[in-house]
Amino acid sequence: MSADTSRAGCGLLAYCPEVFRTRELDNSYPEVYNPRHMLQRRGHRDRVFRGRGDATIGLLLLDTSRRPDPSRLVASRCFVFSKERLDNVKEIHASEIAETVARLCIESNYYLGEDVLAALGKYREAEVSPVGREVLDQILDNARIAREQQMPLCQDCGLTVVFLELGQEVHVVGGGLNDAIFEGVRRGYKDGYLRKSMVTQPFSARINTKDNTPPVIHTDVVPGDELRIVLAPKGGGSENMSQLGMLKPADGRTGVINFVVEAVRRAGANPCPPIIVGVGVGGSAEKCVWLAKRSLLRHVGQPNPDPELAELEAEILERVNRIGIGPAGLGGLTTALAVHVDTFPCHIASMPVAVNIQCHSARHKEAVL
Amino acid sequence: MEISTPLTDEIVAQLRAGDKVSITGIIYVGRDAAHKRLVAALDAGQPLPFDPQGQIIYYMGPAPAKPGEPIGSAGPTTSGRMDPYAPRLLAVGLKGMIGKGNRSAPVREAMRQHKAVYMGATGGAGALIAKSIKSSEVVAYDDLGAEALRRLEVESFPAIVINDIYGGDAYEDGVKQYNRE
Repeated sequence: MSADTSRAGCGLLAYCPEVFRTRELDNSYPEVYNPRHMLQRRGHRDRVFRGRGDATIGLLLLDTSRRPDPSRLVASRCFVFSKERLDNVKEIHASEIAETVARLCIESNYYLGEDVLAALGKYREAEVSPVGREVLDQILDNARIAREQQMPLCQDCGLTVVFLELGQEVHVVGGGLNDAIFEGVRRGYKDGYLRKSMVTQPFSARINTKDNTPPVIHTDVVPGDELRIVLAPKGGGSENMSQLGMLKPADGRTGVINFVVEAVRRAGANPCPPIIVGVGVGGSAEKCVWLAKRSLLRHVGQPNPDPELAELEAEILERVNRIGIGPAGLGGLTTALAVHVDTFPCHIASMPVAVNIQCHSARHKEAVL
Repeated sequence: MEISTPLTDEIVAQLRAGDKVSITGIIYVGRDAAHKRLVAALDAGQPLPFDPQGQIIYYMGPAPAKPGEPIGSAGPTTSGRMDPYAPRLLAVGLKGMIGKGNRSAPVREAMRQHKAVYMGATGGAGALIAKSIKSSEVVAYDDLGAEALRRLEVESFPAIVINDIYGGDAYEDGVKQYNRE
Protein backbone atom coordinates (compact mmCIF):
# COMPACT_ATOMS: atom_id res chain seq x y z
CA MET A 1 0.00 0.00 0.00
CA SER A 2 1.28 3.42 -0.76
CA ALA A 3 -0.20 6.80 -0.18
CA ASP A 4 0.03 10.00 -2.08
CA THR A 5 -0.37 12.46 0.72
CA SER A 6 -0.56 15.44 -1.55
CA ARG A 7 -4.05 14.17 -2.08
CA ALA A 8 -4.62 13.29 1.53
CA GLY A 9 -8.12 12.17 2.16
CA CYS A 10 -8.98 12.04 -1.52
CA GLY A 11 -9.26 9.15 -3.84
CA LEU A 12 -9.14 6.71 -0.98
CA LEU A 13 -10.33 3.84 -3.06
CA ALA A 14 -7.48 4.22 -5.45
CA TYR A 15 -4.96 3.96 -2.62
CA CYS A 16 -6.51 1.15 -0.84
CA PRO A 17 -7.88 -1.61 -3.01
CA GLU A 18 -8.57 -3.86 -0.05
CA VAL A 19 -11.09 -1.35 1.22
CA PHE A 20 -12.53 -1.07 -2.24
CA ARG A 21 -13.10 -4.79 -2.25
CA THR A 22 -15.26 -4.74 0.84
CA ARG A 23 -18.77 -5.90 0.30
CA GLU A 24 -20.44 -2.52 0.51
CA LEU A 25 -18.25 -1.01 -2.16
CA ASP A 26 -17.87 -3.98 -4.38
CA ASN A 27 -18.12 -3.89 -8.11
CA SER A 28 -21.54 -2.33 -8.16
CA TYR A 29 -19.89 1.09 -7.75
CA PRO A 30 -16.50 0.99 -9.40
CA GLU A 31 -16.21 4.76 -9.54
CA VAL A 32 -13.76 6.39 -7.24
CA TYR A 33 -15.46 8.72 -4.86
CA ASN A 34 -14.07 11.64 -3.05
CA PRO A 35 -14.56 10.72 0.59
CA ARG A 36 -13.68 14.19 1.79
CA HIS A 37 -16.56 15.56 -0.14
CA MET A 38 -18.87 12.94 1.29
CA LEU A 39 -17.71 13.49 4.82
CA GLN A 40 -18.02 17.21 4.44
CA ARG A 41 -21.59 16.74 3.60
CA ARG A 42 -22.08 14.68 6.73
CA GLY A 43 -20.45 17.36 8.84
CA HIS A 44 -17.37 15.31 9.61
CA ARG A 45 -14.90 17.62 8.01
CA ASP A 46 -13.62 19.35 11.12
CA ARG A 47 -13.24 16.25 13.15
CA VAL A 48 -11.36 14.22 10.67
CA PHE A 49 -9.36 16.38 8.39
CA ARG A 50 -8.68 19.72 9.90
CA GLY A 51 -5.08 20.61 10.54
CA ARG A 52 -3.55 17.31 9.57
CA GLY A 53 -1.03 16.56 6.88
CA ASP A 54 -2.08 12.99 7.03
CA ALA A 55 -3.30 10.49 4.56
CA THR A 56 -6.67 9.10 5.38
CA ILE A 57 -8.21 5.77 4.81
CA GLY A 58 -11.94 5.72 5.22
CA LEU A 59 -14.39 2.94 5.10
CA LEU A 60 -17.60 4.30 3.72
CA LEU A 61 -20.76 2.41 4.23
CA LEU A 62 -23.13 3.33 1.47
CA ASP A 63 -26.67 2.56 0.99
CA THR A 64 -26.07 0.15 -1.86
CA SER A 65 -29.67 -0.38 -2.82
CA ARG A 66 -29.62 2.69 -5.03
CA ARG A 67 -27.36 4.21 -7.59
CA PRO A 68 -24.25 6.00 -6.34
CA ASP A 69 -25.08 9.22 -4.61
CA PRO A 70 -22.98 10.86 -1.91
CA SER A 71 -26.09 11.86 -0.06
CA ARG A 72 -26.81 8.18 0.50
CA LEU A 73 -23.78 7.82 2.76
CA VAL A 74 -25.20 6.21 5.88
CA ALA A 75 -22.07 5.68 7.94
CA SER A 76 -18.39 6.25 7.75
CA ARG A 77 -15.28 5.27 9.61
CA CYS A 78 -12.03 6.97 8.96
CA PHE A 79 -8.58 5.81 10.02
CA VAL A 80 -5.97 8.50 10.07
CA PHE A 81 -2.35 7.48 9.65
CA SER A 82 0.73 9.58 9.43
CA LYS A 83 2.40 9.57 6.05
CA GLU A 84 5.37 7.83 7.59
CA ARG A 85 3.25 5.05 9.00
CA LEU A 86 1.46 4.44 5.78
CA ASP A 87 4.71 4.28 3.87
CA ASN A 88 6.68 2.22 6.36
CA VAL A 89 4.52 -0.28 8.20
CA LYS A 90 5.89 -3.63 7.21
CA GLU A 91 4.45 -7.00 7.94
CA ILE A 92 6.90 -9.79 8.68
CA HIS A 93 5.54 -13.27 9.00
CA ALA A 94 6.53 -15.32 12.05
CA SER A 95 7.39 -18.25 9.80
CA GLU A 96 9.96 -16.13 7.97
CA ILE A 97 11.53 -15.19 11.30
CA ALA A 98 11.66 -18.83 12.42
CA GLU A 99 13.20 -19.89 9.13
CA THR A 100 15.82 -17.15 9.36
CA VAL A 101 16.72 -18.02 12.95
CA ALA A 102 17.09 -21.71 12.04
CA ARG A 103 19.43 -20.78 9.20
CA LEU A 104 21.49 -18.47 11.43
CA CYS A 105 21.85 -21.22 14.07
CA ILE A 106 23.37 -23.51 11.46
CA GLU A 107 25.49 -20.95 9.63
CA SER A 108 26.96 -19.47 12.80
CA ASN A 109 27.96 -22.90 14.04
CA TYR A 110 29.45 -24.10 10.73
CA TYR A 111 31.21 -21.03 9.36
CA LEU A 112 33.73 -18.99 11.29
CA GLY A 113 33.58 -15.29 10.35
CA GLU A 114 36.14 -13.86 7.94
CA ASP A 115 37.15 -11.32 10.58
CA VAL A 116 37.98 -14.08 13.06
CA LEU A 117 39.89 -16.05 10.45
CA ALA A 118 41.87 -12.96 9.48
CA ALA A 119 42.75 -12.19 13.11
CA LEU A 120 43.80 -15.81 13.72
CA GLY A 121 45.97 -15.74 10.61
CA LYS A 122 47.61 -12.46 11.65
CA TYR A 123 48.43 -13.71 15.13
CA ARG A 124 49.62 -17.04 13.72
CA GLU A 125 52.34 -15.17 11.86
CA ALA A 126 53.40 -13.20 14.91
CA GLU A 127 53.32 -16.08 17.42
CA VAL A 128 56.77 -17.15 18.62
CA SER A 129 55.78 -20.22 20.64
CA PRO A 130 56.07 -23.35 18.46
CA VAL A 131 53.23 -25.10 20.28
CA GLY A 132 51.23 -21.86 20.09
CA ARG A 133 51.67 -21.76 16.32
CA GLU A 134 50.67 -25.38 16.10
CA VAL A 135 47.48 -24.76 18.07
CA LEU A 136 46.60 -21.77 15.86
CA ASP A 137 47.13 -23.98 12.81
CA GLN A 138 44.80 -26.57 14.33
CA ILE A 139 42.17 -23.91 14.93
CA LEU A 140 42.40 -22.65 11.34
CA ASP A 141 42.36 -26.22 10.08
CA ASN A 142 39.33 -26.92 12.23
CA ALA A 143 37.47 -23.98 10.66
CA ARG A 144 38.24 -25.33 7.20
CA ILE A 145 37.05 -28.83 8.09
CA ALA A 146 33.84 -27.51 9.64
CA ARG A 147 33.10 -25.46 6.54
CA GLU A 148 33.90 -28.24 4.09
CA GLN A 149 32.16 -31.01 5.99
CA GLN A 150 29.23 -28.83 7.06
CA MET A 151 29.63 -29.62 10.72
CA PRO A 152 29.80 -27.50 13.84
CA LEU A 153 33.14 -25.82 14.57
CA CYS A 154 32.82 -26.89 18.19
CA GLN A 155 30.80 -29.63 19.86
CA ASP A 156 29.53 -26.93 22.23
CA CYS A 157 27.02 -25.29 19.93
CA GLY A 158 26.23 -22.92 22.70
CA LEU A 159 23.45 -21.26 24.52
CA THR A 160 21.67 -19.36 21.76
CA VAL A 161 21.87 -15.63 22.38
CA VAL A 162 19.71 -13.54 20.08
CA PHE A 163 19.98 -9.77 19.74
CA LEU A 164 16.98 -8.23 18.02
CA GLU A 165 16.64 -4.74 16.67
CA LEU A 166 12.96 -4.44 16.02
CA GLY A 167 11.97 -1.50 13.85
CA GLN A 168 8.96 0.25 15.34
CA GLU A 169 7.18 0.10 11.98
CA VAL A 170 7.36 -3.69 11.90
CA HIS A 171 4.22 -5.67 12.48
CA VAL A 172 4.85 -9.35 13.14
CA VAL A 173 2.00 -11.46 11.80
CA GLY A 174 1.15 -15.14 11.94
CA GLY A 175 2.44 -15.72 15.47
CA GLY A 176 4.45 -14.27 18.31
CA LEU A 177 7.93 -12.87 17.78
CA ASN A 178 9.53 -14.80 20.63
CA ASP A 179 7.66 -17.99 19.73
CA ALA A 180 9.06 -17.69 16.21
CA ILE A 181 12.60 -17.44 17.57
CA PHE A 182 12.11 -20.47 19.83
CA GLU A 183 10.81 -22.39 16.82
CA GLY A 184 13.81 -21.32 14.76
CA VAL A 185 16.23 -22.49 17.45
CA ARG A 186 14.43 -25.83 17.72
CA ARG A 187 14.60 -26.37 13.98
CA GLY A 188 18.16 -25.10 13.52
CA TYR A 189 19.63 -27.26 16.26
CA LYS A 190 17.80 -30.33 15.00
CA ASP A 191 18.40 -29.92 11.28
CA GLY A 192 21.99 -28.77 11.73
CA TYR A 193 22.99 -31.68 13.99
CA LEU A 194 23.95 -29.15 16.64
CA ARG A 195 24.41 -30.14 20.27
CA LYS A 196 21.54 -29.29 22.58
CA SER A 197 23.04 -27.91 25.76
CA MET A 198 20.23 -26.31 27.75
CA VAL A 199 19.01 -27.80 31.03
CA THR A 200 16.09 -26.77 33.22
CA GLN A 201 16.16 -26.64 37.03
CA PRO A 202 19.74 -25.41 37.05
CA PHE A 203 20.66 -26.26 40.66
CA SER A 204 18.75 -29.52 40.98
CA ALA A 205 17.46 -31.89 38.30
CA ARG A 206 19.27 -30.28 35.33
CA ILE A 207 17.04 -31.87 32.69
CA ASN A 208 18.05 -31.27 29.08
CA THR A 209 15.30 -29.50 27.11
CA LYS A 210 16.51 -31.51 24.08
CA ASP A 211 16.01 -28.70 21.56
CA ASN A 212 18.39 -26.04 22.95
CA THR A 213 15.52 -23.78 23.95
CA PRO A 214 15.11 -21.40 25.56
CA PRO A 215 17.32 -18.92 23.75
CA VAL A 216 18.26 -15.72 25.56
CA ILE A 217 16.65 -12.86 23.64
CA HIS A 218 17.60 -9.19 23.92
CA THR A 219 15.21 -6.89 22.09
CA ASP A 220 15.77 -3.25 21.23
CA VAL A 221 13.03 -1.25 19.57
CA VAL A 222 14.54 1.10 17.02
CA PRO A 223 13.25 3.45 14.30
CA GLY A 224 12.57 1.91 10.92
CA ASP A 225 10.75 -0.97 9.32
CA GLU A 226 13.35 -3.71 9.54
CA LEU A 227 13.96 -6.57 11.91
CA ARG A 228 17.66 -7.20 12.45
CA ILE A 229 18.48 -10.56 14.01
CA VAL A 230 21.97 -11.22 15.32
CA LEU A 231 22.41 -14.75 16.57
CA ALA A 232 25.41 -15.59 18.71
CA PRO A 233 25.79 -19.11 20.10
CA LYS A 234 27.88 -18.89 23.27
CA GLY A 235 29.87 -21.81 24.63
CA GLY A 236 29.76 -22.69 28.31
CA GLY A 237 33.51 -22.82 28.87
CA SER A 238 34.10 -19.20 27.97
CA GLU A 239 30.81 -17.95 29.44
CA ASN A 240 31.80 -19.48 32.79
CA MET A 241 34.79 -17.14 32.94
CA SER A 242 32.59 -14.01 33.01
CA GLN A 243 33.13 -11.50 35.80
CA LEU A 244 31.19 -8.56 37.16
CA GLY A 245 32.87 -6.11 39.50
CA MET A 246 31.11 -3.23 41.21
CA LEU A 247 34.20 -1.05 41.42
CA LYS A 248 34.53 2.25 43.22
CA PRO A 249 34.56 5.40 41.09
CA ALA A 250 37.97 6.13 42.68
CA ASP A 251 39.36 2.97 41.05
CA GLY A 252 39.23 4.82 37.73
CA ARG A 253 40.87 3.72 34.51
CA THR A 254 43.59 1.70 36.24
CA GLY A 255 40.94 -0.14 38.21
CA VAL A 256 39.17 -1.12 35.00
CA ILE A 257 42.37 -2.35 33.36
CA ASN A 258 43.45 -4.39 36.38
CA PHE A 259 40.03 -5.95 36.77
CA VAL A 260 39.99 -7.12 33.15
CA VAL A 261 43.59 -8.39 33.17
CA GLU A 262 42.97 -10.38 36.35
CA ALA A 263 39.78 -11.88 34.89
CA VAL A 264 41.75 -13.08 31.88
CA ARG A 265 44.58 -14.39 34.05
CA ARG A 266 42.19 -16.32 36.25
CA ALA A 267 40.44 -17.79 33.20
CA GLY A 268 43.75 -19.20 31.95
CA ALA A 269 43.30 -22.08 29.53
CA ASN A 270 39.62 -22.63 30.37
CA PRO A 271 37.88 -20.33 27.87
CA CYS A 272 39.75 -21.71 24.82
CA PRO A 273 42.28 -18.97 24.09
CA PRO A 274 42.99 -17.04 21.97
CA ILE A 275 39.99 -15.18 23.25
CA ILE A 276 38.13 -11.99 22.53
CA VAL A 277 37.58 -9.96 25.68
CA GLY A 278 34.24 -8.19 25.90
CA VAL A 279 34.21 -5.41 28.48
CA GLY A 280 31.33 -3.29 29.73
CA VAL A 281 31.91 -0.27 31.93
CA GLY A 282 29.06 1.66 33.55
CA GLY A 283 25.31 1.27 33.61
CA SER A 284 23.61 -0.83 36.24
CA ALA A 285 24.89 -4.30 37.09
CA GLU A 286 22.82 -6.05 34.42
CA LYS A 287 23.31 -3.34 31.81
CA CYS A 288 27.06 -3.60 32.31
CA VAL A 289 27.13 -7.34 31.62
CA TRP A 290 24.90 -6.80 28.60
CA LEU A 291 27.35 -4.21 27.26
CA ALA A 292 30.23 -6.65 27.62
CA LYS A 293 28.31 -9.34 25.77
CA ARG A 294 27.13 -7.05 23.01
CA SER A 295 30.62 -5.70 22.40
CA LEU A 296 31.58 -9.20 21.23
CA LEU A 297 29.34 -8.76 18.19
CA ARG A 298 31.71 -6.20 16.75
CA HIS A 299 34.08 -7.25 13.99
CA VAL A 300 37.11 -8.69 15.74
CA GLY A 301 39.56 -5.93 16.52
CA GLN A 302 37.43 -3.13 15.13
CA PRO A 303 38.24 -0.35 17.61
CA ASN A 304 35.57 1.55 19.47
CA PRO A 305 34.83 4.78 17.52
CA ASP A 306 35.46 6.77 20.71
CA PRO A 307 39.24 7.45 20.73
CA GLU A 308 39.43 7.26 24.53
CA LEU A 309 37.88 3.79 24.48
CA ALA A 310 39.93 2.68 21.48
CA GLU A 311 43.05 3.60 23.42
CA LEU A 312 41.84 1.70 26.47
CA GLU A 313 41.14 -1.35 24.29
CA ALA A 314 44.64 -1.25 22.84
CA GLU A 315 46.21 -0.90 26.26
CA ILE A 316 44.25 -3.79 27.79
CA LEU A 317 45.04 -5.99 24.77
CA GLU A 318 48.73 -5.25 25.19
CA ARG A 319 48.56 -6.06 28.92
CA VAL A 320 46.57 -9.26 28.39
CA ASN A 321 48.97 -10.54 25.77
CA ARG A 322 51.89 -10.01 28.17
CA ILE A 323 50.49 -12.64 30.56
CA GLY A 324 51.76 -15.47 28.36
CA ILE A 325 48.73 -17.79 28.48
CA GLY A 326 48.89 -18.27 24.72
CA PRO A 327 46.87 -20.47 22.36
CA ALA A 328 45.09 -23.28 24.25
CA GLY A 329 46.81 -21.98 27.39
CA LEU A 330 50.07 -23.73 26.48
CA GLY A 331 52.12 -20.53 26.52
CA GLY A 332 52.64 -17.86 23.90
CA LEU A 333 52.02 -14.30 22.88
CA THR A 334 48.51 -14.82 21.57
CA THR A 335 46.16 -14.87 24.54
CA ALA A 336 43.59 -12.47 23.07
CA LEU A 337 42.79 -11.49 19.50
CA ALA A 338 41.01 -8.34 20.59
CA VAL A 339 39.55 -6.37 23.47
CA HIS A 340 36.22 -4.63 22.90
CA VAL A 341 35.06 -2.03 25.42
CA ASP A 342 31.67 -0.36 25.53
CA THR A 343 30.45 2.11 28.14
CA PHE A 344 27.22 3.53 29.49
CA PRO A 345 26.66 6.37 31.95
CA CYS A 346 26.37 5.21 35.53
CA HIS A 347 25.22 6.32 38.97
CA ILE A 348 27.37 8.80 40.90
CA ALA A 349 28.14 6.06 43.42
CA SER A 350 29.04 3.30 40.96
CA MET A 351 31.51 2.02 38.44
CA PRO A 352 30.46 -1.42 37.33
CA VAL A 353 32.90 -3.37 35.14
CA ALA A 354 31.93 -6.59 33.39
CA VAL A 355 34.06 -9.05 31.46
CA ASN A 356 32.49 -11.50 29.05
CA ILE A 357 35.03 -13.75 27.42
CA GLN A 358 34.56 -15.15 23.93
CA CYS A 359 36.48 -18.23 22.84
CA HIS A 360 38.27 -18.27 19.48
CA SER A 361 35.20 -19.91 18.00
CA ALA A 362 33.62 -16.45 17.91
CA ARG A 363 30.35 -17.30 16.27
CA HIS A 364 27.70 -14.84 15.25
CA LYS A 365 25.66 -14.33 12.12
CA GLU A 366 23.00 -11.81 11.30
CA ALA A 367 20.10 -11.23 8.98
CA VAL A 368 17.88 -8.27 8.25
CA LEU A 369 14.23 -8.82 7.35
CA MET B 1 54.91 -40.10 21.08
CA GLU B 2 52.46 -42.78 20.10
CA ILE B 3 50.54 -44.35 22.94
CA SER B 4 47.87 -46.98 22.95
CA THR B 5 45.26 -47.81 25.53
CA PRO B 6 44.86 -49.19 28.12
CA LEU B 7 47.65 -47.30 29.88
CA THR B 8 50.12 -49.00 32.18
CA ASP B 9 52.28 -47.58 34.96
CA GLU B 10 55.24 -47.93 32.59
CA ILE B 11 53.62 -45.83 29.87
CA VAL B 12 52.46 -43.21 32.38
CA ALA B 13 55.97 -42.98 33.86
CA GLN B 14 57.38 -42.09 30.44
CA LEU B 15 55.06 -39.15 29.90
CA ARG B 16 56.22 -35.67 30.78
CA ALA B 17 54.34 -32.39 30.85
CA GLY B 18 54.54 -30.78 27.41
CA ASP B 19 54.93 -34.08 25.51
CA LYS B 20 52.85 -34.34 22.38
CA VAL B 21 51.03 -37.65 22.25
CA SER B 22 49.00 -39.45 19.66
CA ILE B 23 46.54 -41.89 21.21
CA THR B 24 45.19 -45.02 19.56
CA GLY B 25 42.72 -47.51 21.04
CA ILE B 26 39.64 -47.30 23.24
CA ILE B 27 38.89 -44.23 25.32
CA TYR B 28 35.82 -43.49 27.40
CA VAL B 29 33.85 -40.27 27.31
CA GLY B 30 32.05 -38.66 30.20
CA ARG B 31 31.42 -35.19 31.53
CA ASP B 32 29.57 -33.54 34.40
CA ALA B 33 26.37 -35.55 34.70
CA ALA B 34 28.03 -38.91 33.95
CA HIS B 35 30.70 -38.24 36.58
CA LYS B 36 28.06 -37.46 39.14
CA ARG B 37 26.47 -40.85 38.47
CA LEU B 38 29.78 -42.74 38.41
CA VAL B 39 30.72 -41.37 41.81
CA ALA B 40 27.21 -42.00 43.13
CA ALA B 41 27.62 -45.62 42.04
CA LEU B 42 30.97 -45.84 43.87
CA ASP B 43 29.37 -44.29 46.96
CA ALA B 44 26.60 -46.87 46.85
CA GLY B 45 29.09 -49.70 46.42
CA GLN B 46 27.67 -50.53 42.99
CA PRO B 47 29.75 -51.65 40.02
CA LEU B 48 30.66 -49.03 37.40
CA PRO B 49 29.26 -49.45 33.88
CA PHE B 50 32.85 -49.91 32.62
CA ASP B 51 36.08 -51.21 34.11
CA PRO B 52 38.21 -48.10 34.73
CA GLN B 53 41.43 -50.10 35.13
CA GLY B 54 44.09 -48.49 32.92
CA GLN B 55 41.50 -46.47 31.01
CA ILE B 56 41.35 -42.88 29.82
CA ILE B 57 38.30 -40.66 30.25
CA TYR B 58 37.85 -37.89 27.72
CA TYR B 59 35.81 -34.95 29.08
CA MET B 60 33.57 -34.30 26.14
CA GLY B 61 29.95 -34.09 25.02
CA PRO B 62 29.76 -34.59 21.26
CA ALA B 63 27.51 -32.91 18.74
CA PRO B 64 25.09 -35.40 17.14
CA ALA B 65 26.53 -37.57 14.36
CA LYS B 66 25.31 -36.88 10.86
CA PRO B 67 24.07 -39.96 9.00
CA GLY B 68 27.04 -42.11 8.01
CA GLU B 69 29.43 -40.43 10.47
CA PRO B 70 30.63 -42.03 13.73
CA ILE B 71 30.27 -38.79 15.70
CA GLY B 72 29.74 -35.06 15.35
CA SER B 73 32.12 -32.34 16.47
CA ALA B 74 34.00 -33.70 19.51
CA GLY B 75 36.37 -31.32 21.30
CA PRO B 76 37.24 -31.23 25.00
CA THR B 77 35.28 -29.48 27.71
CA THR B 78 36.71 -27.65 30.73
CA SER B 79 38.21 -30.27 33.07
CA GLY B 80 38.00 -28.27 36.28
CA ARG B 81 34.32 -29.11 36.63
CA MET B 82 35.25 -32.80 36.99
CA ASP B 83 37.79 -32.05 39.75
CA PRO B 84 35.39 -32.97 42.57
CA TYR B 85 34.94 -36.45 41.05
CA ALA B 86 38.31 -37.26 39.47
CA PRO B 87 40.24 -38.45 42.57
CA ARG B 88 37.57 -41.10 43.22
CA LEU B 89 37.98 -42.54 39.72
CA LEU B 90 41.78 -42.38 39.90
CA ALA B 91 41.55 -44.39 43.13
CA VAL B 92 39.80 -47.23 41.29
CA GLY B 93 42.34 -47.46 38.49
CA LEU B 94 41.68 -44.69 35.97
CA LYS B 95 45.03 -43.84 34.33
CA GLY B 96 44.32 -40.91 32.08
CA MET B 97 42.09 -37.91 31.60
CA ILE B 98 41.76 -35.67 28.56
CA GLY B 99 40.22 -32.22 28.66
CA LYS B 100 41.18 -28.56 28.70
CA GLY B 101 42.12 -26.15 31.47
CA ASN B 102 43.97 -26.70 34.70
CA ARG B 103 43.27 -29.15 37.50
CA SER B 104 42.92 -28.60 41.22
CA ALA B 105 45.70 -29.44 43.67
CA PRO B 106 43.81 -32.49 45.04
CA VAL B 107 43.48 -33.91 41.52
CA ARG B 108 47.18 -33.38 40.77
CA GLU B 109 48.03 -35.01 44.06
CA ALA B 110 45.76 -37.99 43.28
CA MET B 111 47.48 -38.31 39.89
CA ARG B 112 50.88 -38.55 41.55
CA GLN B 113 49.60 -41.01 44.11
CA HIS B 114 47.83 -43.32 41.64
CA LYS B 115 50.20 -42.79 38.72
CA ALA B 116 47.92 -41.17 36.17
CA VAL B 117 48.26 -38.41 33.57
CA TYR B 118 46.13 -35.50 32.51
CA MET B 119 46.28 -34.55 28.85
CA GLY B 120 44.95 -31.54 27.00
CA ALA B 121 43.26 -31.48 23.63
CA THR B 122 42.74 -28.24 21.72
CA GLY B 123 39.51 -26.66 22.88
CA GLY B 124 37.27 -25.55 20.06
CA ALA B 125 38.86 -27.89 17.53
CA GLY B 126 35.96 -30.32 17.64
CA ALA B 127 35.66 -30.84 13.90
CA LEU B 128 39.38 -31.60 13.60
CA ILE B 129 39.41 -33.97 16.57
CA ALA B 130 36.35 -35.83 15.26
CA LYS B 131 38.48 -37.06 12.37
CA SER B 132 40.51 -39.22 14.77
CA ILE B 133 37.39 -40.91 16.15
CA LYS B 134 36.52 -44.09 14.29
CA SER B 135 33.52 -45.28 16.25
CA SER B 136 31.35 -44.22 19.15
CA GLU B 137 28.86 -46.13 21.25
CA VAL B 138 26.88 -45.28 24.35
CA VAL B 139 27.92 -47.46 27.28
CA ALA B 140 25.53 -46.07 29.89
CA TYR B 141 23.30 -43.16 30.88
CA ASP B 142 21.76 -42.79 27.43
CA ASP B 143 19.10 -40.56 28.96
CA LEU B 144 21.76 -37.86 29.42
CA GLY B 145 21.97 -37.28 25.67
CA ALA B 146 25.21 -35.44 24.92
CA GLU B 147 26.36 -36.24 28.47
CA ALA B 148 25.98 -40.03 28.17
CA LEU B 149 28.93 -42.30 28.97
CA ARG B 150 30.51 -43.40 25.68
CA ARG B 151 33.22 -45.66 24.41
CA LEU B 152 35.24 -44.34 21.47
CA GLU B 153 37.64 -46.06 19.18
CA VAL B 154 40.33 -43.51 18.31
CA GLU B 155 43.25 -43.44 15.94
CA SER B 156 46.07 -40.91 16.37
CA PHE B 157 44.02 -38.73 18.71
CA PRO B 158 46.12 -35.54 19.21
CA ALA B 159 46.84 -34.41 22.78
CA ILE B 160 49.51 -32.83 24.95
CA VAL B 161 50.51 -34.02 28.41
CA ILE B 162 49.54 -31.28 30.87
CA ASN B 163 50.13 -32.92 34.25
CA ASP B 164 52.55 -35.81 34.70
CA ILE B 165 53.29 -37.89 37.78
CA TYR B 166 56.36 -35.79 38.57
CA GLY B 167 54.44 -32.62 39.32
CA GLY B 168 55.02 -31.10 35.90
CA ASP B 169 52.39 -28.73 34.54
CA ALA B 170 52.48 -27.69 30.89
CA TYR B 171 50.19 -24.70 31.46
CA GLU B 172 52.37 -23.29 34.23
CA ASP B 173 55.54 -23.93 32.23
CA GLY B 174 54.10 -22.30 29.12
CA VAL B 175 52.91 -19.16 30.88
CA LYS B 176 56.22 -18.85 32.75
CA GLN B 177 58.15 -19.07 29.52
CA TYR B 178 56.16 -16.42 27.67
CA ASN B 179 55.18 -14.07 30.49
CA ARG B 180 56.44 -10.55 29.77
CA GLU B 181 54.86 -8.67 32.66
